[in-house]
Amino acid sequence: MGALIENFDLLWRAFVTTLWIAFAAGVLSFIWGVLLAAFRVSPVGPLRVFSSAYVNIIRNTPLTLLFLFMLNAIPQLLGLVVPLGIPMAILSMSLYTATFVCEAIRSGINSVGVGQAEAARAVGLTFVQTLTNVVLPQAFRSVIPPLINVYIAHIKNTSVAAGFATTELVAIANRLSNGNPGDVVGIFAGVGIAYLIMTLPLSIAAENLESKVAVAR
Amino acid sequence: MSEKQQVLYDIPGPKAIRRDLWLNIIFTVVIVGAIVWFVIDAASRGLFNDRWQVLWAGDKGFSGLEVWERLLWDGLILGTMKAVVIAVPVVAVFALALTIARQAPTRWVRYPAYGFTHVFRGIPVLLIIYFGVLALDLEPLWAVVLGLVVYNTAVVAEILRAGIAALPSGQREAGLSIGLTPLQTMMRIQLPQAIRIMLPALISQIVVLLKDTSLGFIIGYVELLTVTKNLYNFFGNSSVVPLVLAAAVIYIGVNMAVSRLATWLEGRMRKTLPSGTAPKDTAPGLEAQAQAN
Repeated sequence: MGALIENFDLLWRAFVTTLWIAFAAGVLSFIWGVLLAAFRVSPVGPLRVFSSAYVNIIRNTPLTLLFLFMLNAIPQLLGLVVPLGIPMAILSMSLYTATFVCEAIRSGINSVGVGQAEAARAVGLTFVQTLTNVVLPQAFRSVIPPLINVYIAHIKNTSVAAGFATTELVAIANRLSNGNPGDVVGIFAGVGIAYLIMTLPLSIAAENLESKVAVAR
Repeated sequence: MSEKQQVLYDIPGPKAIRRDLWLNIIFTVVIVGAIVWFVIDAASRGLFNDRWQVLWAGDKGFSGLEVWERLLWDGLILGTMKAVVIAVPVVAVFALALTIARQAPTRWVRYPAYGFTHVFRGIPVLLIIYFGVLALDLEPLWAVVLGLVVYNTAVVAEILRAGIAALPSGQREAGLSIGLTPLQTMMRIQLPQAIRIMLPALISQIVVLLKDTSLGFIIGYVELLTVTKNLYNFFGNSSVVPLVLAAAVIYIGVNMAVSRLATWLEGRMRKTLPSGTAPKDTAPGLEAQAQAN
């Protein structure tokens, strides 16, 4: 632990980098994921096909491969270079996490009983009213716990950026350990705690919400 | 998909059918246009020249067959799959032990087991792998296996716990009332049913594990991605796109086959499950969690 306390500013900066990647990619992946889910349930065939192809391809690809793709293949495929480091991490992770956001939202909408929407339409609500007043509030309950779990995984996945020239928490654990071979266990424990500070509140919240949702049914 | 639309929309009338037709035409044009534009743009940068030959004719004294042998045998089988095949049985044994420990009557067993699941679900696999390399001085293969085992043990134990919680309480009570000990009840009544209920989630966890082997790339474990990178470093810059796409196709193919297996099993399960157990409703978070990691 000693090496960590001496280099606390480095650790802090790495923590902020991890948090920033997780936050920026988190927001972008949420927007993109909601769009993908909307495509998936839309009456427009081409959008449905696009969304399901995108989700199935990206979900079955390892995140590391996506980073490698951004780094080496995209410049040749599209003729544009994604800056290595934080921008590449944010872009890759947004594209990756969006697929899981899409799946969580889609299964949430599917969990609302058919009768609910039918009843809403039967009393004369419009499509938008049905969605915003009846379906989404109910879908929300069953979407939140899986969505939290998606974002826990998302926060941990930021660590892949360590392999692609980003000085985030895992990279700093690596660097400090090489400088202080006697203190490796302490350094890793400290960095592990830094991750738990971000993930543990979320996983406890997910667990509590899950039991609440279960009771509500 | 189709039943979904009946939830959100009325059966379309003539006006809606016309509108949908127009939307379909517009978006088909947009998407096809984007693809055509991309192809023309890529072609102008020479993406469709002879670089793809590396995948069948080979290059620099390597035949195409040898390239695929490197990818599939050295990369997929001896790298990725080796780590998977070592890790999965170890995870199965440890996760069973952890699940039993989490249900133990003494809190000195229960609390540490509970702590283990929560802590190791919350830290990145890559951190554990680096710990194996730097602190335990493990070889890359064993560091990767360590990371996969520690993390997936925690997750699988959590899946099994949810499965046990989903069983009707009468199962346990019946076991105890015919004179089985709590441990026997767990081993012979609860766990077999929990594993059956959670089989789809357990198989999707194998997909997660398989994808996580690619973290070995970062620490220099020779698996599919490392082999791919070595190959395109050897064949030169023009071979990057064909080789990376080939690796992607291999990953996607293997993972889709495993997911297909999960869907198939789920379909079979639904037919044969005893009534009263409701696998789908019990743990809405778990499947998403399992796939997200």
